[in-house]
Amino acid sequence: MPRRTDISSIMVIGSGPIVIGQACEFDYSGTQACRVLRAEGFRVVLVNSNPATIMTDPEFADATYVEPITPDILTRIIERERPDALLATLGGQTALNAAMALNELGVLEQYGVRLIGASVEAIEAGENRERFKEIVADIVIDGYQAESARSFVCHAMDECFAAVADLGYPVVVRPSFTMGGAGSGIARDEADLLRIAGAGLTASPTTEVLLEESILGWKEYELELMRDRNDNVVVVCSIENLDPMGVHTGDSITVAPAVTLTDREYQLMRDVGIDVIRKVGVETGGCNIQFAINPDDGRMIVIEMNPRVSRSSALASKATGFPIAKIAAKLAVGYTLDEIPNDITRVTPASFEPSLDYIVVKVPRFAFEKFPSADPVLTTTMKSVGEAMAIGRNFTEALQKALRSIERSEANFAWPASRGEVDVPALLSTMPVPRDGRLREVQLALWAGATPDEVHEATDIDPWFLDQIAVINELADSIRAAETLSADLLRQVKRHGFSDRQIAQLRGVTEPYVREHRQSLGVRPVYKTVDTCAAEFTAATPYHYSCYDEETEVEPREREAVIILGSGPNRIGQGIEFDYSCVHAALTLRECGYETIMINCNPETVSTDYDTSDRLYFEPLTLEDVLEVVDAERAVGPVAGVICQLGGQTPLGLAQGLKDAGVPIVGTSPEAIHLAEERGAFGRVLAEAGLPAPRHGTALSFDEARLIADEIGYPVLVRPSYVLGGRGMEIVYDESMLADYLVRATEASPEHPVLVDRFLDDALEIDVDALYDGTELYLGGVMEHIEEAGIHSGDSACVLPPITLGRADIDRIRVSTEAIARGVGVLGLLNVQFALAGDILYVLEANPRASRTVPFVSKATAVPLAKAAARIAMGETVAQLRAEGLLPAQGDGGSLPVGSPVSVKEAVLPFGRFHGVDTILGPEMRSTGEVMGIDRKFGTAFAKSQAGVYPEGLPTSGRVFVSVANRDKRAMVFPVKRLADLGFEIVATEGTADILRRNGVDASVIRKHHEGVGPQGQTTTVEAIMAGEIAFVVNTPYGVGPRLDGYEIRTAAVARGVTAVTTIQGLGAAVQGIEALIAGEVTVRTLQEHAADIEVLRSEELAAGIAAGHSVTTAEGGA
Amino acid sequence: MNANTEQRVPALLVLEDGRVFRGRSFGAVGESFGEAVFSTGMTGYQETLTDPSYQRQVVVMTAPHIGNAGVNDDDPESRRIWVAGYVVRDPSRIASNWRSKRTLDDDLRRDGIVGVCEVDTRALTRHLRDRGAMRVGLFSGDASGQPVEELVERVRQSPGMAGADLTAEVTVGEAYTVAADGPTRFRVAAVDLGIKAMTPRRLAERGVEVVVVPASTPAAELLGYDGVFLSNGPGDPATADAAVQLVREVLASGVPMFGICFGHQILGRALGFGTYKLPFGHRGINQPVLDRASGRVEITAHNHGFAVDAPIDRVSDTEFGRVEVSHIGLNDQVVEGLRCLDVPAFSVQYHPEAAAGPHDSAYLFDRFVDLMATTRKDGGR
Repeated sequence: MPRRTDISSIMVIGSGPIVIGQACEFDYSGTQACRVLRAEGFRVVLVNSNPATIMTDPEFADATYVEPITPDILTRIIERERPDALLATLGGQTALNAAMALNELGVLEQYGVRLIGASVEAIEAGENRERFKEIVADIVIDGYQAESARSFVCHAMDECFAAVADLGYPVVVRPSFTMGGAGSGIARDEADLLRIAGAGLTASPTTEVLLEESILGWKEYELELMRDRNDNVVVVCSIENLDPMGVHTGDSITVAPAVTLTDREYQLMRDVGIDVIRKVGVETGGCNIQFAINPDDGRMIVIEMNPRVSRSSALASKATGFPIAKIAAKLAVGYTLDEIPNDITRVTPASFEPSLDYIVVKVPRFAFEKFPSADPVLTTTMKSVGEAMAIGRNFTEALQKALRSIERSEANFAWPASRGEVDVPALLSTMPVPRDGRLREVQLALWAGATPDEVHEATDIDPWFLDQIAVINELADSIRAAETLSADLLRQVKRHGFSDRQIAQLRGVTEPYVREHRQSLGVRPVYKTVDTCAAEFTAATPYHYSCYDEETEVEPREREAVIILGSGPNRIGQGIEFDYSCVHAALTLRECGYETIMINCNPETVSTDYDTSDRLYFEPLTLEDVLEVVDAERAVGPVAGVICQLGGQTPLGLAQGLKDAGVPIVGTSPEAIHLAEERGAFGRVLAEAGLPAPRHGTALSFDEARLIADEIGYPVLVRPSYVLGGRGMEIVYDESMLADYLVRATEASPEHPVLVDRFLDDALEIDVDALYDGTELYLGGVMEHIEEAGIHSGDSACVLPPITLGRADIDRIRVSTEAIARGVGVLGLLNVQFALAGDILYVLEANPRASRTVPFVSKATAVPLAKAAARIAMGETVAQLRAEGLLPAQGDGGSLPVGSPVSVKEAVLPFGRFHGVDTILGPEMRSTGEVMGIDRKFGTAFAKSQAGVYPEGLPTSGRVFVSVANRDKRAMVFPVKRLADLGFEIVATEGTADILRRNGVDASVIRKHHEGVGPQGQTTTVEAIMAGEIAFVVNTPYGVGPRLDGYEIRTAAVARGVTAVTTIQGLGAAVQGIEALIAGEVTVRTLQEHAADIEVLRSEELAAGIAAGHSVTTAEGGA
Repeated sequence: MNANTEQRVPALLVLEDGRVFRGRSFGAVGESFGEAVFSTGMTGYQETLTDPSYQRQVVVMTAPHIGNAGVNDDDPESRRIWVAGYVVRDPSRIASNWRSKRTLDDDLRRDGIVGVCEVDTRALTRHLRDRGAMRVGLFSGDASGQPVEELVERVRQSPGMAGADLTAEVTVGEAYTVAADGPTRFRVAAVDLGIKAMTPRRLAERGVEVVVVPASTPAAELLGYDGVFLSNGPGDPATADAAVQLVREVLASGVPMFGICFGHQILGRALGFGTYKLPFGHRGINQPVLDRASGRVEITAHNHGFAVDAPIDRVSDTEFGRVEVSHIGLNDQVVEGLRCLDVPAFSVQYHPEAAAGPHDSAYLFDRFVDLMATTRKDGGR
């Protein structure tokens, strides 16, 4: 069946901001879908609040709405665009929920919008547990009855005992209708059952608990399936979790394909999977189904299914070369699997099941160090913030590559000097509880003498995986024991994934020595191809991975190549924004005639789509792995150089090593990077340019730190050097806090210097992204932070164009930025952070690389900064890019014409995931993603940004709870009064209420949490929030010292999803937003329209300027 | 390094065109010759090894890890391992599965199957893909010590697959019966050209009693059954004149007939079509086949190096009436099924019994049962 002709325009909903459990895999799938739909001639209307996505680049849709994904806004867009169809299966749970909400509100029906991909009924069947269990119970295949976990609903203890008589211990107890699954637990015996189920029955408002058989410790699998409208179904990939049931699959180490199943077991799973997708009724597209298998008898349980593309489908796409989202989009518009060619072979159809002749391993990356009070135990709630994938010709190779891809040195397998150093009983006692790093415990225990049986007993990890780890341990012993490192031995250990660094550590030599020795023996990797078909057909797509086999598949090429280094696994501080810049470089340099080569290891990203660059190497971003790729590519054709400045700190950290090995670095040189990153050198750059910086010093010990702090005066900002995302950064108010910091957070030593900076209280922070070509500066954008300096720029909301800076300020910023760019020697992108305090413009720091804000600035000003940066790195000038039209002919992002749209970026924080973590913002970055609000005025733009972050957005009526620190009491009065005038009811804690009353605001007093419920049953702050009586929380932290109620208040707000501000500046912005909402000023407008507006305004301003004889800010050297 | 290192001695894999791969021994140590073919299935090594269609073939597994789930007594498809040699990249040291009884290494040694491991199986596969299936020799232990030129010469001297008549080597000596599950609706004679155990099982599940008979059984003895089944099997169909003659007699009798794999090729020849050798064959469990009647695509298990040469764009007129190509391989448009329109016979080139492989094509056994039902007026016992 060919493409549908009954629809011509399709609305695609993205997944919004990056949050834990929903990351850039949906940008990858959405971008693919948009490409396909446009290529098929559909008008694509895209909605996504996340500016850091590739899919929201204006060229990927006909109408791009960077607007909050709320029913209200979506309805307005539908009203305006009148799409024929809505595709909601590619934007994660966010898009699915939005589509369901639009359906419930009758919007889809009202405007005649058809849901394509999955129907409402299919979505409901997949999402509703009870309905899904019924579907599974309906599946009988050749006499085999498919099963869900058995369970009973009980209303009294005797019913519980009866249920357990059937289910046996252990049993999972889930009280019904308690918040966040409170009261759940596992009962291992009768005493447990009495305790947990007893409490559960009391806690449940319906006196009801669900008892379910425990499948903890079972083997866990996933299948990725696709179905077309002809009812053809294929299984794209099987995935096996190394971590057994009990750990969320997003937090598990996973392996593709499944490796411990016989064909009978696998085919039964496949049969059940196919029946599930049919019975749930996914008409076209992909779904993901999870299974558990009892390792003792093979009994199989269907756990759940997602009727949409997912994180696992992104992984499966990268693991197999079968692009699930792309195919799903084609199926949604009417094609069948056999009508779609396999991209990679070009001659065979997509109606097949990929066969892998390699092993893929995915390892999660966590960020518990950012949330010390969060529970680090891995459970069925996902907690990881990113992942890395690696491909090897066998499991050991893929596993070790994946472990080094996540860039945490402690994750790599290592071997102490002697077995005696390892406390095996201690390891065996801790490993049953899954935490980040458990695999290291397993490896060490096995090496030091624990038997595979003991480790299996403790962890339920399949013995096959344990034996593979034993292979690695045995080889480590061989490396250590060998008289010399022979070519045979090296080849053998390389085939099991050992890095040069691991070998060096085992031999007590240096990594460069091992590399040189290995290369001199001719032990070099070869590169194989991911081809979907295990080499049965020729592959047309150069998607490569390294291994130590015989034959390489890297083809010779004529054109000069540019190698772009990606940013590796997502982590807090380095995420999708950097992938955005890398993808832009690949796209633009390809257009310029270069052969683009991407190296990255993050399966979620657009950069690791084999369509993005001419060649893709799915490899760890370590010096060894990158150098080998560079050598392999140099052997087949000319290489202009490597771009290190776009992927964040990861590639930046490799620049010097690459250069030392003789690899040309294009763009900003490693020396320039050092000038910006090394404190002393940077200080000299600033001094030469006459630019002030907060007073600072570098301490190598506590005594030095104390002297520096005394000299520059408290408060001071302290942090380890060379970090990203403000890791370990704190504001310290006195000497005892300083001492505590140095004990707790980092050790100051000559190898680990600590930076001590004067902290500027009440300063305005400004972020700048700029391009520099060696002679001319292009100021990309000036962002004014809404929160004061001291809150990490990644966690702070910001606005562009700046709302309180004048032209003179911006000119000062431009001059300073140019001086830094020149002094450092930037060739490409530069990010500078300034603080304006007492009319002095301080330089806080400069990063000669793409920053997190590049995509935001690009979208807010309609200028593709990352593309321009890549071109400049390759030798072009700002003037040439202006002449070509890639950059505006005149003016820059600092001189946006009056009337330009206002864009607000707001950070999204993962507090909802980490129960009990305080939500106050600080110098250490903790946000996972961001949203953008764009509109004609600041108020509406800010309101949209809040709607993108909070489920309820800013309120327009209701009760506001106010409790602020003493220092904020004066500043609070005016905005709170305004809220009262707008009709809000104000409640406050006693001190705050007194002040408000004295200022004529009618505020009622609410009891503090620690005061408890009053004699007449008066509720406390926390209870009121939990009861849903508060629409908006204003709570600023009480500086240092005891936190009093603040912590509980903010935690309750997070738990209840109540919109909250924790800074006085945020309150001011919120009031403006609320005013705009009440005045009904919110409109929706596409990025394309905003860009056209700016264009018109610019030419009007230019014409007016010329008419009036004014000099406008133009590029002197332009054209 | 390896628990089995002391047993894993150096080994050579020598192709007739002179290409040599160096690896280590796996399974039995010694030497073996056959036709080198590759299989892309990621599961089901035990079924593959015991499939008689692999007689005299050295099978290269593209999936790197083989043997992880060990070997059990339920999954073999016949009484022994048939492959002439086995080439894998990373054999498992242990067996991990609740049904496992032994390691794969144990069984390979028991049946004297020479294996080679730790070779670049992908390079080998690409070589066979580009140059076609060819003769190969595996040499481990002492055998690997001989000069390579001599080994290449010995490989070239070994028998090739084209023109090989292997039916007699694999067929059963005496007939045996597989009882129907539940009441017997039909009785079928299955001509054993190298049958797999799952085939009679699939029929038995549908109320069919299956009598597996030697390939040399005279046609007259088959005509008393409700249907005749032609199994898979090894060798070049061009040589199987006796089986072709048998099938012609059954066709003439009007007894319903269903053939798979080698049986399909025999039916093709009996209908007057030719057969030809594919460059490197179809061996895997992910092959898309279009059922032209329904327009549906099924994912199927394949193991064939030859194919029937019949026109796919029209109905052919044959001695036994009109015949259409019912199924096509979507990867390369190879004939994957034949349906006689005037006599009750049909066949597919692939394996509806799967084992190893997906169950998408099990409906073909239903078709056979339906065919027997419509042919016999009482619709079954």
